[in-house]
Amino acid sequence: MYAFNYNRAETARKAVNLAGKLEDAKFLAGGQTLLPTMKQRLASPGGLIDLSAAADLKGIEMKGRNLVIGAMTRHVDVATSELVKEKIPALADLAGMIGDPAVRNRGTIGGSVANDDPAADYPAACLALNATIITNKRKIPADEFFTGLFETALEDGELIVKISFPLPNKAAYEKFRNPASRYAIVGVFVAKKGKDVRVAVTGAGANGVFRASNFEAALTAKFHVKALEGISAKAEGLNSDIHADAAYRAHLIGVMARRAVAKANAK
Amino acid sequence: MPKVSMTVNGKAVSGNIDSRTLLVQFLRETLRLTGTHVGCDTSQCGCCVVHVNGTAIKSCTTLALSHEGANVTTIEGLAHDGKLHPMQEAFRENHGLQCGFCTPGMIMTAVDIVNRKGNKLDEQTIRHELEGNICRCTGYHNIVKAVAAGAEAMAK
Ligand SMILES: Cc1cc2nc3c(=O)[nH]c(=O)nc-3n(C[C@H](O)[C@H](O)[C@H](O)COP(=O)(O)OP(=O)(O)OC[C@H]3O[C@@H](n4cnc5c(N)ncnc54)[C@H](O)[C@@H]3O)c2cc1C
Ligand code: FES
Ligand code: FES
Repeated sequence: MYAFNYNRAETARKAVNLAGKLEDAKFLAGGQTLLPTMKQRLASPGGLIDLSAAADLKGIEMKGRNLVIGAMTRHVDVATSELVKEKIPALADLAGMIGDPAVRNRGTIGGSVANDDPAADYPAACLALNATIITNKRKIPADEFFTGLFETALEDGELIVKISFPLPNKAAYEKFRNPASRYAIVGVFVAKKGKDVRVAVTGAGANGVFRASNFEAALTAKFHVKALEGISAKAEGLNSDIHADAAYRAHLIGVMARRAVAKANAK
Repeated sequence: MPKVSMTVNGKAVSGNIDSRTLLVQFLRETLRLTGTHVGCDTSQCGCCVVHVNGTAIKSCTTLALSHEGANVTTIEGLAHDGKLHPMQEAFRENHGLQCGFCTPGMIMTAVDIVNRKGNKLDEQTIRHELEGNICRCTGYHNIVKAVAAGAEAMAK
């Protein structure tokens, strides 16, 4: 790890101020991605702004008809929250599938969403649930937030403050895990809200998380596993790596989507 | 160099450290508590698990400076008055180790599992909860037995 300046922010405002003042600084949330990356010298920020003491970035609450989760809320908090289990059980489920217990005890929703790893879980939930990412500056719809591999609409020094999820009527997440890292080889999040059905796929896209429009159209007609008969994903534009090739990933998208729909309907 | 203070195994400690110092380096190199191990550089193996304010975390993937004022327990903090903690005793009884490199992390994780899930643990729960701890020697069978036995012994 290269040397850096360490700074602690006790509030969101202080974090944003520090980011404006410091040169080449990065926010440090749970550190479960950033620190391993720095250890490998794949990242070498000049400064870190530690958010772990910023209490105003933590917490889970209902605001109107939305479930709102603070950026520094850890995966374990989402996985075990009674409120999340009642309002969007699929989201609690997903949080409980991230990494392992020690990773969930540090990693945060804000860090995961800001990082936008193409195999991460939360981006699929944000996209399928039509979430809004609320920063210190603006509100960004999930459809506009995830722009590529590890790329988001965030500007330099822009802080995710919270994420707002409209409550779906039905939702579920299914993930085919890499047995070593537990990241998604393919993960599919399906959500139905009124007539609107959204299907988001993570782990597979060569350009990161994406919506599967042919699955969405079929499920909008009828939200049932049978509606997906004959519907498949194209291998074109999907990842091929040592874990799985594009054709296999395309196949898995269909399998995970059918399982997710069955799970959503069983609730 | 910035200063950090925390409580480790009940003792107040502090040190002036480079910002880069990981919690595990502070424990091993500054405090010379070498029971906590480092088995990988990808945050996957769990040899480095310690408890910070009562929760199990990987001390190789967190900065010491992030834990100003924290209460840390390492493997050295489990035994009392020369008597092994019931989970340590269970690992010995059940031969839950071979080379022993993963053992400190396994035991710290196991104690955390019991704290969260209680004293009656079935095999599936134990295997699932140990996902973040890798053992290259044992094949896990005796570790799983040890955790179940240790969990029961902790109730006594
Ligand atoms: C062994 C292991 C297994 C894992 N398995 C999975 C898995 O199965 N699924 C999965 O999805 N993830 C997995 N992860 C990643 C984990 O979920 C991380 O916690 C997450 O990707 C990053 O969150 P963090 O809070 O640790 O962020 P950090 O690592 O602290 O930060 C990540 C990035 O986000 C930026 N950032 C952080 N917070 C904010 C904010 N509020 N506003 C703006 N930018 C911010 C940082 O500057 C940094 O660039 C795994 C990690 C490990 C080590
Ligand atoms: S040394 Fe910490 S997880 Fe391997
Ligand atoms: S006993 Fe050797 S790694 Fe587990």
